[in-house]
Amino acid sequence: MLAVAALLVVRLKNLFTVAMVTGIYSLLSAAFFTLLDAVDVAFTEAAVGAGVSTVLMLGTLSLVGHQQKEHKTVQLVPLVIVTITGLLLMYGILDIPPFGESDNPIHHHETTVHYLEESGHETGMPNVVTSVLASYRGYDTMGETTVIFTAMVGVLLLMSGRKGKGSDCGEGDRNGR
Amino acid sequence: MEDNVILRVATKILTPYILLFALYVQFHGDYGPGGGFQAGVIFASGFVLYTLIYGLETARLVLPLRVASLCGALGVLIYAGVGIATMILGGEFLDYDYLNSHDAEHGQHLGILLVELGVLTTVFGVMVVIFYSFAGRREAK
Repeated sequence: MLAVAALLVVRLKNLFTVAMVTGIYSLLSAAFFTLLDAVDVAFTEAAVGAGVSTVLMLGTLSLVGHQQKEHKTVQLVPLVIVTITGLLLMYGILDIPPFGESDNPIHHHETTVHYLEESGHETGMPNVVTSVLASYRGYDTMGETTVIFTAMVGVLLLMSGRKGKGSDCGEGDRNGR
Repeated sequence: MEDNVILRVATKILTPYILLFALYVQFHGDYGPGGGFQAGVIFASGFVLYTLIYGLETARLVLPLRVASLCGALGVLIYAGVGIATMILGGEFLDYDYLNSHDAEHGQHLGILLVELGVLTTVFGVMVVIFYSFAGRREAK
């Protein structure tokens, strides 16, 4: 179903439908993450990917119009680059240990074991994801928060400057997100 | 959309529950899935819904762009402030153990609560600002 949604995004020409299908794709991935027991990730994907991103895309569409521009020629260079990147990624997957095996390194690394066994009484949090995110890796999360803040500064600078100046589709529309 | 009675009433009923759910996600993040980031996005989506139905002008009366962008900055300040506070209390940057001099575990609780609050504030402010900017551009055209 994920593949069907991805193909639809590529093939469809009406951008309104594409935005909707992208939202459906995010929701399907969220269901997929839930199946893999990654509930926190699924939650984020559903809220951000299916919720806010779709609204922002629709907001952009109301600025730039609903129809995709027709491309007459097949562009060869991007196709080659995408194919090579895809093949390289596939090659990289070969090195990943088999999915779900109990003797994979991730289950036995000392950091994993420490987090799973000690975080309960070191931080008093039943949810390991929260304790890792906010306490053990608090510095990283602060960086992430700063990145989000920087995004806001960028959008404010690009979008809320002098309104209606020059052409009707400025740089800000494309770089806004 | 501003003339549709059903949408207006449904939004009025739904918005408080969306905001309440965001707070639940925020404060229950220690025990279940969720946390500041998700809560911030849900909190912002409550305002997005309100803006879609009642229009940008009304929404800006409830939450001016200035306040939203201040929220975005305030969250980072809260987060870094917790780090500075732990340094003043004698620990390393963001070492929450020092927030409570008697019980390190309570310090951790307090620290995580505060930094999640910072994340919530930033994400909420940023999402609202981005949405306002997109919507405002449409109305300016």
